[in-house]
Amino acid sequence: MKLLRLAPENTKFPFMRFRRVSYPFSALLSLIAVALFVFKGMNFGIDFAGGTVIELRAKSGAAEVGTLRTLGESLHLGDIEVQAFGNPADATLRFGLQPGGDVAQQAAVERVRDAVGAYYDLRRVEVVGPRVSNELVQSGTLGVVLSIIAVLSYLWFRFEWQFAIGAVIATMHDLLLTVGFFSITQLEFNTTSIAAILTIVGYSLNETVVVLDRIRENMRKYKKMATAQMVDMSINAVLPRTIMTATTVMLALFALVAFGGQVIRSFSLAMIWGIFVATYSSIFICSPMLIYLGLRNEDADKAAMQKHETERKAETADSLRNEAAEGQAAAPTSSPAATEKTPAPARKAAGKRAKTRPA
Amino acid sequence: MLRFSTWKFFAIVAMTLAAVLIVAPSMLSASHYEQLKSRLPSWLVPPTIVLGLDLQGGSHVMLEVDQADLIATQVKNLRDDVRRILREEKVAITGGIGTTARGVQVRVADEADREKILPKLRQLRNSFSSALMGGPSPLDVETSPDGVIRVTITDAGLTDKSRKAVEQSIEVIRRRVDALGTREPSIQRQGDDRVLVQVPGLQDPETLKEILGKTAKLEFRLVAEPGQNPSETEELDQVEQEGKIAVEKQVMVKGEDLTDAQPGFDQQRSGEPVVNFRFNIRGAQAFGEVTSKNVGRLFAIVLDNKVISAPRILTPITGGSGQISGRFTVEQANNLSILLRAGALPAKLNIVEERTVGPGLGQDSIDAGKRAAYVGAGLVVVYMLVTYGVFGVFANLALFVHIAFIFAGLVLLGSTLTLPGIAGIVLTIGMAVDSNVLIYERIREENHAGRSILASLDAGFTRAFATIVDSNVTMFVAAAILYFLGTGPVRGFAVSLALGILTTIVTAVTMTRMMIAVWYHYARPTKLPI
Repeated sequence: MKLLRLAPENTKFPFMRFRRVSYPFSALLSLIAVALFVFKGMNFGIDFAGGTVIELRAKSGAAEVGTLRTLGESLHLGDIEVQAFGNPADATLRFGLQPGGDVAQQAAVERVRDAVGAYYDLRRVEVVGPRVSNELVQSGTLGVVLSIIAVLSYLWFRFEWQFAIGAVIATMHDLLLTVGFFSITQLEFNTTSIAAILTIVGYSLNETVVVLDRIRENMRKYKKMATAQMVDMSINAVLPRTIMTATTVMLALFALVAFGGQVIRSFSLAMIWGIFVATYSSIFICSPMLIYLGLRNEDADKAAMQKHETERKAETADSLRNEAAEGQAAAPTSSPAATEKTPAPARKAAGKRAKTRPA
Repeated sequence: MLRFSTWKFFAIVAMTLAAVLIVAPSMLSASHYEQLKSRLPSWLVPPTIVLGLDLQGGSHVMLEVDQADLIATQVKNLRDDVRRILREEKVAITGGIGTTARGVQVRVADEADREKILPKLRQLRNSFSSALMGGPSPLDVETSPDGVIRVTITDAGLTDKSRKAVEQSIEVIRRRVDALGTREPSIQRQGDDRVLVQVPGLQDPETLKEILGKTAKLEFRLVAEPGQNPSETEELDQVEQEGKIAVEKQVMVKGEDLTDAQPGFDQQRSGEPVVNFRFNIRGAQAFGEVTSKNVGRLFAIVLDNKVISAPRILTPITGGSGQISGRFTVEQANNLSILLRAGALPAKLNIVEERTVGPGLGQDSIDAGKRAAYVGAGLVVVYMLVTYGVFGVFANLALFVHIAFIFAGLVLLGSTLTLPGIAGIVLTIGMAVDSNVLIYERIREENHAGRSILASLDAGFTRAFATIVDSNVTMFVAAAILYFLGTGPVRGFAVSLALGILTTIVTAVTMTRMMIAVWYHYARPTKLPI
């Protein structure tokens, strides 16, 4: 049987070269996300904004959104939002906090019930008072912050500090872009969205860990290779897995979007975006950070630099006689000439060493 | 790679069988489950998966002690205590007993009198709160040079009262909810001043709110006479009529002295619905005493600070029973008697959060969740199959066991399955194969690098394992924090995600390895099939 391969084999994409593009690009996107958050804001659901959502189903026939809207406005409940969704008999009413504290919220629901109760069943009623919504905001924020700290401490403990920093930056990046996603799509942001964000954080770290694990392994195997080249090699090695996993998770998420119903749709959409961003950031944000932070391979890099320097000097000496040679002086430090591949027997030995891991 | 201890093999097979047996009853319809239960000894039949309120329908109502009302009640009690002390010690005051924001004040001109009552006032601390022995004082007693004594409730005293109010409320609420005849209501305290009431499968959530929202504080007080000291009376709303009526602040008998209340019909007059009640001995004595002394006066039946009715005392009522009429409907009389039997809430409770899902919507959500799960799982299974062939079959078998483990875990933990929980399971279906993918890709890689099939298989599993552990721990930490900080449905999501991560290690790593080992033993492949 011919098996399906979505991911190309034995790729040698020079991912690290894109860091000069990916960093400014991501910085720009993050800024846009922050700007969106500040200026456009989020469509906070009642969990965080407080207020009431009532899901109605017409007792017979279809829900009349227009009539409901006029009816809703006549009750003077402030901005009332009426939406039809899914089944034509269904509609949701949503309105904000009523002045007058917790008691006023319940009174408002009563008025809606009295007004529409004859023609509609109230299938779902959710009322979140002002104090509870404030607390949900606090616990939500606390949850996101705490989980990031906890996960990063684990990474710190398991990997070198450069890895942890790289992972923080990648995670922050994913977080910002997800917030931007919620702002630009105006998907409702509620407690389930916090769950989505934390899952995205988890997935993003999962991706990062898979790449970092391979980098760490290769770091020990190829001690003399320049960091950039070694990182590229590691990413290319895990690329088929990255593509495979992203695709399977996407398949599951698409099923949730298409069939999971109204309540978890915004969760699933955010997750889909999150998978994209997390995959991107593990390759283009976290990994290059290792080069900037100067991973253990400093010696190898220095050796490569020195070797390159001597070559350059020789070339410069040559260029005294041959002016056309000037362009070559700008060759990248990680040029293949500057590194050497470890011979195969040494590689096996290194592979065995890599098995004994630090506790 | 090929060596696989027999006990490990059987352990995994046994675990799988156990999981399937644990989950199977939950997959049965309700009637079949009951049948099974009646035929087998009960310890043999595992419980079914508990569905969250969002899936089976029901009400989630968070109640909070109204602080303003709590303070008002406590100040009123304090005032009664101070009045009693003044009377007992026969101390004259200038003006009435005044109230401050959080306490009462009296002006006692005579210094000897002041000295006489101060120790008594300080003693109120002990009766005010017994739990605070040695802790911060619940009451502050201070005197100013002009002879004014102030008794103030401190923050500590208020928190203590609030906590006690919640404790007592839980009992009262349980009695009230039980009277509705619902199954398995859950009533829990939340923090210092909240009660969370969760009632599954309620057909009429309105009645629940109706009986939760009422304090049901019943009082019998005398209606004020013209010319009475205004500081001893207050104006209250009337239920039956427009306008207010002045009644004495002093309470003759409280609702807590009722032993029973039943709905009934007025025998003598109109035959309208009424509530018949009986006092305990203390209540009967007090009521008899007051009615004997005040024949001809009006007395007010006050419920939650509203006057239901104000009949005239025609003869002393010493029998210890009576009836409340107030132009009730049958339903109102019924609800009122439930409330009076269950007792009053020690403080007013406000609904600060309500989430009610009708049973129809719950069923729709279950259907949607099932559909999403089937489609999602189906897509993943097919994808694994076309990508990895025979190894894909192994991964899919492992996936099946993985799902069985998650459900078995839900049954064993007794945790609820919510809609986000279903989403979590669908998500772990996608994530679970990640471990398989990590292993398989590593095997391919090692094979391409020139290793033998066996060596590649071995290297694939050992090398990928470290990565799998690292990545799953990070995900698990995120899920754990979500569990501890999340509420309701989100918690359900965290549980299924965490369970999914734990079972992945067993199914995707150990089980797949076992299957591949067996396969290798019999197939003796010359070429890696992936």
